[in-house]
Amino acid sequence: MRKVKQTSSVWLLQGFGLLMAASVMSLGSGHAATLARNGVGYAVHAPMPWEWWLQPAGSPIEKSIDWLLRYVLWIMAGVVGLVGVLIGIIIHRFRASKNAVPSATTHNTVIEIAWTLVPAILLIVIFVPSLHLIYQQSDYSKPYMTVRVIGHQWYWEYDYIGVKGVDFTSYAVPPDKLKPGQIRQLSVDHPLVLPAGKKIIFQITSVDVLHSFFIPSLGVQRYAIPGQYWRQWTKIVSPGIYYGECNQICGMHHDDMPIEIVALPVAQFKAWLAKAEMDAAQGNVPDVHAYEMAAERVAAQETLH
Amino acid sequence: MSSTTAPEHKFHAHGRGHRGFVRRWLMSTNHKDIGTLYITLAMIGALEGGALSMIMRAQLMYPNNTIITSGQTWNAIITAHGLLMIFFFVMPALIGGFGNWFVPMMIGAPDMAFPRLNNMSFWFLVMGFIFVNLGLLVGHGSGVGWTLYPPLANSTYQPGPAVDFTLFSLHLAGISSLLGAINFIATILNMRAPGMGMHKMPLFVWSILVTAFLLLLAIPVLAGAITMLIMDRNFGTSFFEPGGGGDPVLFQHLFWFFGHPEVYIMILPAFGIISHVVSTFSKKPIFGYLGMVYAMVAIGFVGFIVWAHHMFVSGISMDSKVYFEAATLVIAVPTGVKVFSWLATMWGGSVELKTPMLWALGFIFMFVIGGATGVVLANAGLDTELHNTYFVIAHFHYVLSMGSVFAIFAGFFYWIGKMYGRPYPEFLGKLHFWTFFIGVNLTFFPQHFLGLAGMPRRYPDYPTAFAGWNYVSSVGAMISGLSTLIFLYILFSIFTSKERLADNYWGEGANTLEWTVPSPAPHHTFEDVPVIR
Repeated sequence: MRKVKQTSSVWLLQGFGLLMAASVMSLGSGHAATLARNGVGYAVHAPMPWEWWLQPAGSPIEKSIDWLLRYVLWIMAGVVGLVGVLIGIIIHRFRASKNAVPSATTHNTVIEIAWTLVPAILLIVIFVPSLHLIYQQSDYSKPYMTVRVIGHQWYWEYDYIGVKGVDFTSYAVPPDKLKPGQIRQLSVDHPLVLPAGKKIIFQITSVDVLHSFFIPSLGVQRYAIPGQYWRQWTKIVSPGIYYGECNQICGMHHDDMPIEIVALPVAQFKAWLAKAEMDAAQGNVPDVHAYEMAAERVAAQETLH
Repeated sequence: MSSTTAPEHKFHAHGRGHRGFVRRWLMSTNHKDIGTLYITLAMIGALEGGALSMIMRAQLMYPNNTIITSGQTWNAIITAHGLLMIFFFVMPALIGGFGNWFVPMMIGAPDMAFPRLNNMSFWFLVMGFIFVNLGLLVGHGSGVGWTLYPPLANSTYQPGPAVDFTLFSLHLAGISSLLGAINFIATILNMRAPGMGMHKMPLFVWSILVTAFLLLLAIPVLAGAITMLIMDRNFGTSFFEPGGGGDPVLFQHLFWFFGHPEVYIMILPAFGIISHVVSTFSKKPIFGYLGMVYAMVAIGFVGFIVWAHHMFVSGISMDSKVYFEAATLVIAVPTGVKVFSWLATMWGGSVELKTPMLWALGFIFMFVIGGATGVVLANAGLDTELHNTYFVIAHFHYVLSMGSVFAIFAGFFYWIGKMYGRPYPEFLGKLHFWTFFIGVNLTFFPQHFLGLAGMPRRYPDYPTAFAGWNYVSSVGAMISGLSTLIFLYILFSIFTSKERLADNYWGEGANTLEWTVPSPAPHHTFEDVPVIR
């Protein structure tokens, strides 16, 4: 009776091991998500149903993050796999029923030094490229433009530095006001409009509590801290729509202040900015035509539930 | 499990049998009774924290769900869930519970050094438990997250007494831990049996000693930070108010200077328990004892100088990122020593897969997965992408909900016979393990995917694209919830069992001092002072 139970535990442990091995093998073997496109053919960078990897990269930083993440995860998968295999061998070879007399070994200087040194070397192997990413993220030289991002309870404000009057707020579209193609909890009334292919610096702050300006597909995240400005830069590779969310608890509507960025080709962006400046000079909130342009988005994101 | 028909053991010995319920449980000075009280409180805390997590997973099962309609209520629930699980489940179970029960026994001491202080520690924690519930239930609740970051925790944004209750709760739990830590340090350094040098102490005792030092150094920093926060809220100071020259980032530094050692406070005693279970069920002494000891000391030390890796996207500079990333990665080395030493202990052993051993094996593997994602998150550049996403939630539940909690169950099934004198049902024990194991993995593994895809934490609702994995996660949570019912039935059958256990019911592999005394351990542990050769 007891024997049967013991064996079933062994099988269950093994089954779990196989499952883990399968998921490790599939790691990074392909991309779960392909990009949806909107009515004018622009890519929409939003989470996809059943996605199990990063959203497709929209900036050089995000490409580096994607690469480093795979690199580190592969190394760590090796470590997890090794431990899993060793546990498997132990419960196979050294079960009481197979190995009634335990060995009395409690020391082995060589192996103890090895399992201290090898992990230390692995960490250096991880640290070096990781350092490179930190330096890449901290390179704020030669920006094309700077946008001040201001967190409020519960909306974002975008202030185009050096462009008179272009400073507007961006609220989530309420669920009952969603137009076709808009995404619940991600689409906003006035998206942040930016040029594609140019280096942009976000100067991030808050006027009330902490928020976090987080755009996964661009690899951008920084807390918005009242009384302080912290920078993040990005260079959006291609025109499209990029979604993000507030990612630091900020009160009861924390989940209701998304970020939507419309990246336009530079010429179109310049035209939009000139028009926005004119609107502002007349005392109007700058109209965001880019938004209408993108309205005919395919509704691929809303397929579930 | 070997059993015996020995007569009723010696609780009634030494003339203490006449103590009534009130004197025994409310005025207790006996380390075993206080340990039992701690374990009882931990179970209540776990059931409440677990119930809150069931509500959370029920809400997150579908997008646009309406179980919790107010974001403030949601935030109060996540805050209470975190605080309950940390301060009123994992800590009292590992340190107050198993620590109280077994540290004196393992070092051959008659009791803790300061028995009345020990009693006081426990009742402070009960008060803390009441206050944390007031923080959840009074007014709109304290919706600030367990990290309590201002300005959200300031009175402008969280008016009413709820946050003050939560902060006082942490003060009380902190005093409790501090007194407990002092007690453990005094006991372990001064009351070891003749012949038990520091390098002969069982690893569980070492783990509690290191933990006690971490508590001693970390808790006062938390106390300072929350005192400043209480003053900002109530007395018009502006330690963390930018408007008055204060700095919200300062609070984060102070909080994590406590908060990071806190995660080692929750895992080091688990390491200790796992070492004993692994050694017992392999019938082999621990491999590399000294390496194991100094790995824990190293983890404790390095644990104090890595705190700002929780702040990679907050207010720190590039150079700080580089330093804190490097220091954080270093922790993986002593942690690796622990894991490989456990494996080497089992290697060549005579391994029996009894329930405690299943929990220990589960612990080792799940902890390694959580450690692997920890190494990922230590990379400041990757943390830019993953900070505050569900990847982090998955990471710390793998080391806590599967690390610490698995070790608590391992310790429970390992020692319950010594504590209560009756065996647990082996088949149900294994059934509980497997259902819980499947449940928690199903709950937390998909959360890695949600985090990679960019789902933020502390959201009561999410974009519909995240629905699939959230559904899987919620199903997993229900399975672990049902599994807990099996555990409650196991408790019932232990308490109603008529069978008696021998002194050393695990046999040759179990060779620390608690196995030399009867089961249950008598009120007064040792008739003669044990001498260690």
